[in-house]
Amino acid sequence: MYGPARVQQEHRGKAVQFDWSVIWAALPNLLDGTWMTVKITFWGLVGGFVLGALAGVARAYGPVILSGIAQVYIAVIRGTPIVVQVMFIYFALPLLVPGLRVDAIWAAIVTLIINSGAYVAEIVRGSLLSVHKGLKEAGQAMGLPFHKILLHIIGPVAFRRMIPPLGNQCIISLKDSSLFIVIGVAELTRQGQEIMASNFRAVEIWSAVAIIYLILTGALALALRLVEKRMRIL
Amino acid sequence: MSMVEFHDVAKRFGTSVVLDGITLNIEAGEVVVVVGPSGSGKSTFLRCINVLETIDGGDLLVDGQSVRGSPAQVREIRREAGMVFQQFNLFPQMSALDNVMFGPTHTRGMGKAEARALAEELLAKVGLAERMNHYPAELSGGQQQRVAIARALAIKPKLMLFDEPTSALDPELRHEVLKVMKDLAEEGMTMVVVTHEMEFARKVGSRLIFIDGGKVAHDGPPAELLSNPPSQRLKDFLQHVA
Repeated sequence: MYGPARVQQEHRGKAVQFDWSVIWAALPNLLDGTWMTVKITFWGLVGGFVLGALAGVARAYGPVILSGIAQVYIAVIRGTPIVVQVMFIYFALPLLVPGLRVDAIWAAIVTLIINSGAYVAEIVRGSLLSVHKGLKEAGQAMGLPFHKILLHIIGPVAFRRMIPPLGNQCIISLKDSSLFIVIGVAELTRQGQEIMASNFRAVEIWSAVAIIYLILTGALALALRLVEKRMRIL
Repeated sequence: MSMVEFHDVAKRFGTSVVLDGITLNIEAGEVVVVVGPSGSGKSTFLRCINVLETIDGGDLLVDGQSVRGSPAQVREIRREAGMVFQQFNLFPQMSALDNVMFGPTHTRGMGKAEARALAEELLAKVGLAERMNHYPAELSGGQQQRVAIARALAIKPKLMLFDEPTSALDPELRHEVLKVMKDLAEEGMTMVVVTHEMEFARKVGSRLIFIDGGKVAHDGPPAELLSNPPSQRLKDFLQHVA
């Protein structure tokens, strides 16, 4: 008998002692994983915000064709699990596009961009459309072209309304990056899994991994609260 | 050339006809007060002038330009026609000063310093010099509407359009807005005012238009029409607003 079953056998009847030294030993690898998680999440969200802003504006004000393309994109991404999306990009895409080499980190970041972009698009669309139409008319009545109305009038008001749901999306995307374990990218959850596989210390490792995620999401939530405080929601 | 020329203008929303062949001219310097029952088309009449509504028939010229022109020509018309809305529609993320500076800097290409001086002058004119750094949410309805008037004046329009400017205000706040409008009329500004303020129509207006069912039912000097309504329709209407 080996693996977790053996650990259970050895500790039959009594609780496992929490051993801090296990965590210290694992910390360098866990921090490597944390860094990878931060990197994937950061670039995934930066790209997702750009993509989502474009798709959201297209949905709200775009001509029929652009709005239709954005709608299909949102429907496909919201309608499929992120695990399936990343597997498709990592395993299926290279088969469909000859000569395309997909590296795991690249696949993870691209998946997060596409995935978060769909949700951000809906946040952007909803916020833009929630702005009272009188503001648009006030801009039109001054003789402003529409792009200026969007950029200077509707956009800034809508942006303030986007902050709470965008914050939500940041936290969701950060946690979703743990699902990239399925393509073997060395993010935090994957690192935890690998350490666990070598020392079987599930309690210590998964506690440490959970706490690191909590620290990351807590920092995000704090940053958001600061942004909200500096910008009055209109 | 008249400031505004309606040539058989028609406007429909779906199957309902809102403006039914309106033909009239508005000359520079006139203060035209537009009244009518709700749903009569008076707001649409006003909104067609600066192309917030497009017309479905006839033609409408503002300062010689047709509202059926290109987007650039439409923007040109809008720069000549300042608009004041019932709900003020101030930009909530900007201070009063920035609201007023916004138009001249973005549509007239005016420099920041010049726009600021103009905005300060206009805010002083509407009696809000002390409030110019306040945000709309920090101002009363009457103050917001006065900022909105200053904002519309800042783009140096040739005529001013008012769409029920006092209807969203408490009675005691109306007079401060009406006072500003009266001053403006006395300076010779061409104005088209949709309102229920008959006192304003009588004292400030140079011409009264009664719109009923999408048509101009009466068009004449306010004092005459108000003290001696030529039709039962107008008589009934006046009784309801008074």
